[in-house]
Amino acid sequence: MLNLSIKEVSLALREGRISATELCQKCLNHIKKTVYLNAYITVTEELAMKQAQAAESRLRRGKPRGPLDGIPFSVKDNFCTENIETTCASQMLKGYIPPFNATVVQKLLDQGAVLLGKTNLDEFAMGSGSTDGVFGPVRNPWSYSSQYREQSDQDPESDWVITGGSSGGSAAAVASQSSFFALGSDTGGSTRNPGSLCGVVALKPSYGLLSRHGLIPLVNSMDVPGIFTRSVYDAATVLGILQGCDERDSTTVPTSNPVPNLPEDIDLRKIRVGIPKEYHAPGLSQETLSQWGRVADLFEKAGAQVQEVSLPHTQHSIVCYHVLCCCEVASNMARFDGLEYGHRSGVDSSTEAMYATTRHEGFNDVVRRRILSGNYFLLKQNYQRYFVKAQQVRRLISQDFAQVFRSGVDLLLTPTTLGDAARYCDFIQEDNRTRSAQEDIFTQSVNMAGLPAVSMPTALSRRGLPIGLQLIGKTFQDWNLLTVAHWMEQRLNFPPARFLRDASEVDVLGHQRKQTTGL
Amino acid sequence: MALCCRSTARILHIARLRLGPLQHRHRVEALPSVVESILGTTSTWCRWTSDRNSSDCSLNPKIPREPTWEPVAENELPPPTHVPADLVDKLERLALVDFRNQEGLDCLDKAIRFADQLHVVNTEGVEPMDSVLEDRALYLRNDTVGDGQCTEELLQLAKSTVEEYFVAPPGNIPLPKREERTAMLKNSEF
Repeated sequence: MLNLSIKEVSLALREGRISATELCQKCLNHIKKTVYLNAYITVTEELAMKQAQAAESRLRRGKPRGPLDGIPFSVKDNFCTENIETTCASQMLKGYIPPFNATVVQKLLDQGAVLLGKTNLDEFAMGSGSTDGVFGPVRNPWSYSSQYREQSDQDPESDWVITGGSSGGSAAAVASQSSFFALGSDTGGSTRNPGSLCGVVALKPSYGLLSRHGLIPLVNSMDVPGIFTRSVYDAATVLGILQGCDERDSTTVPTSNPVPNLPEDIDLRKIRVGIPKEYHAPGLSQETLSQWGRVADLFEKAGAQVQEVSLPHTQHSIVCYHVLCCCEVASNMARFDGLEYGHRSGVDSSTEAMYATTRHEGFNDVVRRRILSGNYFLLKQNYQRYFVKAQQVRRLISQDFAQVFRSGVDLLLTPTTLGDAARYCDFIQEDNRTRSAQEDIFTQSVNMAGLPAVSMPTALSRRGLPIGLQLIGKTFQDWNLLTVAHWMEQRLNFPPARFLRDASEVDVLGHQRKQTTGL
Repeated sequence: MALCCRSTARILHIARLRLGPLQHRHRVEALPSVVESILGTTSTWCRWTSDRNSSDCSLNPKIPREPTWEPVAENELPPPTHVPADLVDKLERLALVDFRNQEGLDCLDKAIRFADQLHVVNTEGVEPMDSVLEDRALYLRNDTVGDGQCTEELLQLAKSTVEEYFVAPPGNIPLPKREERTAMLKNSEF
């Protein structure tokens, strides 16, 4: 039951083959069984069961609110959820209980979806491994798949792999089948990166399509809420519910109504796919490269025109992103001073001293270093040379994409990550900034241009781990993007994970996590 | 190959690895000398590298077979910046966040060096870009009160309040000098 898609389980609910409370209970039990993944920070058992009961009575009366009524989901812990602790995996917001729901969360709850809990992430969504949060790293569920364990002769405790980040908990929740879908956020690839490494569909909508109200901001000009599902059809279902103008977020754009359906079959001969040559970056694994070729062949055989294109400023994109990200972070993190919400230190000799100690205690190294770098780039003497320069390069990058799309290309096919998931013990050998510079290579330029993109699970590597490929679409053409992704998904035959069902097969000693419930 | 080098003084440059047919047959771990000659550093490799045993002749010709990035030479960059102590102090005051240790300062130097790569891009006559929505008119709504009336809920979030006020320690007192700050922060270590 838990491995079904939203479409399938929604039908089962409406036909009465399973009740919403049974489904919710199954998911909650599964979360307990997979607690060693550390995917959840907060599990809202009581609240979820209450929501499930309400959904059940609606379904029994034959009056579901929509396709998501009764469907269990989870939300990354940087979205505000009313009366449920929202921490951003940081000391700074431990114990912070928002008095409101983020718009995207509210929309899902209004549709009757059942909120299981808040998922783990890198602190304040800064990172590409989900390893730097205050609640510890998230483990990729594929670490415990028979496909991976067969290739490894080591103890699972020492060679488990990362989920990628920063929305690792959400990706793990969907990949491990404890949630049917999950919300993440995507600033530089934070949804697509873990989506690729965990073998799930990860959608980054166009900037301005979904409301960011309630999403604790990292980079205001690039953040978007992201969607994790196990199929493209499901992602389209969730997107249809979430998209739309929000008067509480002035960066949302009115969209055309109504929400279109995903066609079952399309004529590929009308589609032109671009292969940006600069996306063969140093470090790209041989396996990802051959999958890239395999999918290009797939498109060509179906009659699509596949051509090489150029995005000349790609190489500098990661540097540009690094500067803009640090600058906006420096500004956005300034709100955390301990006065109105969040952690407050005990020092009260002066406001400055209180702010400094609060921020010293509240932020981890990664966050503090980004704030300091950002402040450096924003100094009067550096402003032109770094910040404004980066903004100029951003325009060049955005223009690169615009030019390619103007020339008739409909979408771009690229890798999502350099390779499959790394082992945690290897990943932590380098610091967060270095890793982000490596891992975000293929994803962040999409955020700088505000385009929609989706990472598709494509194949398994030699190590038995997922490899993902990315499709990038034209701005606000998310539905066309999903149409092609849907077509692609049906021909990729990505294998499902064969999870070790019995928890005793996994060494879970020492991984008792206190499950907290919402108020 | 994932270039996971732990370089000390030199910064990692993205290098184009010109692998000829002979090198293709070696496992990557035997190639440090090739990379050293390009990067000029001694590097330790992590196990996370790929094995190019043979060039893939069956790869779709539209996909580039080799990495296409051009190396950024050291002399194309401005001279490396080292952040002087008084600027470190200024940054800590502005950000109200401390570097904590030498590693933090080294990270800043590396971040600046990484950002220096921006300067090789020609941006003459290019307008800076603030937002991807710059071509759209901002959606306006009627000037009517919507949200609000939530004083109680908001006050409850704060640690220290009196009636409808957030209570702050006394202001207009400058942040202590660096040495005193270090002591103050040490005492408050979690």
